[in-house]
Amino acid sequence: MADTFLDSTELVLNMGPQHPSTHGVLRVILKLDGERVLGTECVIGYLHRGVEKIAENRTWQMFAPYVDRMDYVAAVSNGLGYCLAVEKLLGVEAPPRAQAVRVILTELNRIASHLLWLGTHALDIGAITPLFYCMREREYVLNIYEKYCGARLTTHAFRIGGLQYETYEGFEKECLEFCDLFEKKIDEYEELLTGNRIWQQRLTGVGILTAEDCKEYGVTGPMLRAAGVKWDIRKAQPYSGYEKYDFEIPVRENGDTYDRYIVRMQEMRQSVRIVRQAVADIPAGPILAKVGKVIKPPVGEAYVSIEAPKGELGYYVVSDGSTQPYRVRIRPPSFVNLQALDKMCRGALVADVVAIIGTTDIVLGEVDR
Amino acid sequence: MKQLLRKVFLADLIEGLRVTFRHQHPKQIVTEQYPQERPKIGERYRGAPRLNINPDNGETLCIACDLCALACPENLIVVGWERNPETKKKELVTFTYDISRCMFCGLCEDACPVDALELTQDFEMASYTREGAILDRQTLENGLLPTRYRF
Repeated sequence: MADTFLDSTELVLNMGPQHPSTHGVLRVILKLDGERVLGTECVIGYLHRGVEKIAENRTWQMFAPYVDRMDYVAAVSNGLGYCLAVEKLLGVEAPPRAQAVRVILTELNRIASHLLWLGTHALDIGAITPLFYCMREREYVLNIYEKYCGARLTTHAFRIGGLQYETYEGFEKECLEFCDLFEKKIDEYEELLTGNRIWQQRLTGVGILTAEDCKEYGVTGPMLRAAGVKWDIRKAQPYSGYEKYDFEIPVRENGDTYDRYIVRMQEMRQSVRIVRQAVADIPAGPILAKVGKVIKPPVGEAYVSIEAPKGELGYYVVSDGSTQPYRVRIRPPSFVNLQALDKMCRGALVADVVAIIGTTDIVLGEVDR
Repeated sequence: MKQLLRKVFLADLIEGLRVTFRHQHPKQIVTEQYPQERPKIGERYRGAPRLNINPDNGETLCIACDLCALACPENLIVVGWERNPETKKKELVTFTYDISRCMFCGLCEDACPVDALELTQDFEMASYTREGAILDRQTLENGLLPTRYRF
């Protein structure tokens, strides 16, 4: 900066990979002029496991548990995307009962994922209290998962063609109980944060990403909606029976960190709405379509994208007619959204970088795969 | 005017603090005192594997069909069997299950046609050695022993 009183030199600072605010093993190389960020560069790959290559050495069913380990805070959504892609390839559709249960579980997963985001994001900004409350409410969702499918985080809840497990006794009741309890809790979080002047001042105008920028970078999910684009795959290309449910797409105008916070908070409310509707009307019937023990999709390819909590999650699967995938390409929302980090960070202060990484809502398991 | 007064009297911060203090009531404590207090585990929980035996005669239920080993994405199950020369049936000899590589996906359990292999609610599987994570047939049938701590 030419007009500064004191001469300052450019400084290259390494943030991460063990920095607690990078939400995993993300390394960001910051180029600084004093407190101001001139540019950033992300170094990723610390958590690379080669998931797409693993897929080529497993059968179609065997690969399903691995997708849970990409975005491990939204494992159910990942599993749903993969199952839908293979089902499209096979030309089967999950029975109505399975679809309803899938919707309930993925929406609960959206809440769980957003809760973890809210807790850690607030923690990064300096508000420690919401983390404990968010974790406490997330526990309810994880308990529902544990009772339903036997695992809390990497659930492997869905199978190709439907579900493996029938809902347990009291599943509907517990979901509704959670909805009742959770709506009050969102009000509490809002009481803690939304009106709080420190929170507002730390977030407003930070990390602005306009609608054009979002489209150029391919940014999806709440970040896109906070910039004013009304795009939600649940509405645009409904899957798993989402067209039956009545919900709104929360949209904001400015595209800054505060708006993204508001959008995600409202999304949680909408998810509660969907869960209520879905629980009220779970059709009876089978839970698994006829797919057979050995899954051999016909030669061909399919692309399915779903609205994961972090954005558009796409699976491009290619079959050569054998029991193993020829190729599984995954379009993870975190990875694509992370691209916009440099754009958002330029000109910001170092302390804002932490807020911007938090608001991107990345999970490094998904970025690196 | 109301906005200004709210700002001067720090209304927004006090509202937040009210929530915090409301949650300090002893009834609101949710922390589980884990080793003393056992967590409630879901009935379907996928934990340590077990090889079920017939409670009537103590024989294994496993028919050595090898389906679990085929279903396992990590290839960590090895079923050893030999054919009984009299009955011409397969009989289970050894069964190893490497929980150090297991991701508890439950595919082996689903594949088992006779409900012999089962993932139980036992979740304490730590051991001091890598070899301790490889379970043999005897351990799978009797269940994991409680860890003996070396203090």
